[in-house]
Amino acid sequence: MKSTTKINAFLFSALMLFGTGVAQGQDIKIGLVAALTGQSAQSGESITRGLTIALDEINAKGGVLGKKLVLVKRDDESSPPKGVTAARELISSEKVTALFGGIDTPVSLAIVPIANQNKTPFIGVWAAGTNITKNGATPNYVFRVSAQDDLVDVALIKYAMTKYNAKKPGLVLVNNPWGESNEKGLKAAATAANLTLAGVEKLEQSDVDVTPQLGRLKAAGADAIILVANAAPGAQMMKSRERMGWMVPVVSHWGISGGRFDELVGPTAGDVHFVQTYSFFSKPTAASQKVMEELGKRYGVKSPSEVIAPVGTANAYDAMHLLARAIEKAKSTEGDAVRQALEQLDGYSGLIKDYKAPFATPAHEALSPEDYIMVRYEGGKIVPVQ
Amino acid sequence: MGLQEYLSALITGAGIGSMYGLTALGYYITYAISRTVNFAQGASLMLGAVLTFSLVQTFHWPVWLAVPVMLFACGLWGWTVERLAVQPFVKRGSDAWLMATVALGLILENVVLFTFGKDPRGMSSPLLQVGITLGSLRVSALQLLIPVVGFGIAICLALLMRFTHLGKSLLAIALNIQAARLMGINTGRYIAFAFAISGVFAGIAGVLIAPLYTVSAGMGTIFGIKAFAAAILGGIDSAAGVMAGGVLLGVIEAILVTTLGSTYAQMFSFGLTIVVLAFKPVGLFGRSGVKKI
Repeated sequence: MKSTTKINAFLFSALMLFGTGVAQGQDIKIGLVAALTGQSAQSGESITRGLTIALDEINAKGGVLGKKLVLVKRDDESSPPKGVTAARELISSEKVTALFGGIDTPVSLAIVPIANQNKTPFIGVWAAGTNITKNGATPNYVFRVSAQDDLVDVALIKYAMTKYNAKKPGLVLVNNPWGESNEKGLKAAATAANLTLAGVEKLEQSDVDVTPQLGRLKAAGADAIILVANAAPGAQMMKSRERMGWMVPVVSHWGISGGRFDELVGPTAGDVHFVQTYSFFSKPTAASQKVMEELGKRYGVKSPSEVIAPVGTANAYDAMHLLARAIEKAKSTEGDAVRQALEQLDGYSGLIKDYKAPFATPAHEALSPEDYIMVRYEGGKIVPVQ
Repeated sequence: MGLQEYLSALITGAGIGSMYGLTALGYYITYAISRTVNFAQGASLMLGAVLTFSLVQTFHWPVWLAVPVMLFACGLWGWTVERLAVQPFVKRGSDAWLMATVALGLILENVVLFTFGKDPRGMSSPLLQVGITLGSLRVSALQLLIPVVGFGIAICLALLMRFTHLGKSLLAIALNIQAARLMGINTGRYIAFAFAISGVFAGIAGVLIAPLYTVSAGMGTIFGIKAFAAAILGGIDSAAGVMAGGVLLGVIEAILVTTLGSTYAQMFSFGLTIVVLAFKPVGLFGRSGVKKI
């Protein structure tokens, strides 16, 4: 009897020791499949920060349905097959209640059918591919607290026109499904704005020199470049632009902010104006002060300019709170109940904005173009464009 | 497209092509002597770039010290590849060295992934800041240095082969390894030496390319493939041919993109390589050998 008590005490203390990181039977597990390493590693880190801060806030107030929320992370290394394996494992072995996604549209697109088949809510907090949420499934288990390509494309064209008086912008797009998604969106946005495009050029992930592509756009009379690429290929385009001495304005989607874009580009990194859903430079609110304080305490972030890949943290923070509210409302961790609850959520005062009814049927986007802001790199930090 | 665009494509194409050529010289040196190549040449290039970045930018070594140390390490790596992945198979008359060198390259890439990290890094160079303007294009000193170094090495190699004892020994091995061995030439040592030199060439290419590209574990893959295409295109048994093949491939790529746009450029440039080989199997500058039976 005595030895059993001892063993129990040992097991209990062991559990307490590891309790912070290890899920227990009664916990609610939430999955994250994102690029935690690789050229977009910063995006994964920033999403993790946002989710963890929100999750700890929720747990400090007693958790959800009386249970603790626990985050289970998997690295997709920006590779769709790895993302699919991770999502399957999280759903079938870890039995997560819901999944969060990362920066890469191709990875998220690959996870969408798995989420719908397994009736597991999948909330995107970065990848902006239009087809991720508009995937044709009914019921649709995919939600997003982030920008959406179609809407970003309208915003980018509008910005090039108003800020730079562009009349004939040229497109430089990464040669993958994300680039394709934006090609459609940007062409539609240009047509709607009565604008002729100078041309559409593709960029490979491994391209060293983009001068020929830029040369074509220049010859076609491009007066602005609209860039859709992640940090490394985007940086190669900027270096080629500099070598050409062609100081054309560059307006970019936000993929470039997921890596060390400023280091890779060098002095001209600040020439790119790109879209974000949130800036920690915005007017402080109760929520933003709380998040900044936590970022400081946990990660040594002293000022808004030190927040890495800010949209990841902001979107993820709000998304985790919205999910927790949905589970509470559903009074269940069952996938379909959580999905319905998400679609019927009431207002929530978050970090990015005051959400009225964040999601509806079939509208699964929590953010809209009014929430987008334009920013640039300055001394290695992301700051709003004045 | 106007003349201006084509001139610009010619210059940038030659610049990037010299990078392929420089990398491809590593294939040439080992092929010329032992009829084997280090298919991990891309990984060796990456090792050169990563080592220089780490020594200079992370550990703040002066460049004059970091570069020789890096070149020594790359040479050692080339030697190791020959000892571990080439010699044991060639001895048994097997062609498995082909896969073995690829495997060693993958191992090196993974070791770098776990030690250096997966995040691509940017390497700055004072040679990027100075340059000249040709037409509407600014060409940095570094871009000019790459073809100079590449063709310089090619010429030195040709002279070395023709006029030195070492070169004659190497040529003797290339011509008839058995006869060379009978003449008292330590063939094994010379072949390992050729692999070490090929590693050094990759290191030189790596350090020159890094500031124009991004430094990461996977950076060498594309150069390894393109350089091999360049070597085949130019004729792998001629140093100058290999360099010229590289420049030609780079120029073709740039002109294809300028003319047809970037969507199909990769497809066309490799397609063209195949067409050239169909008509001239020994490469554009290669000589067909006569095998007497």
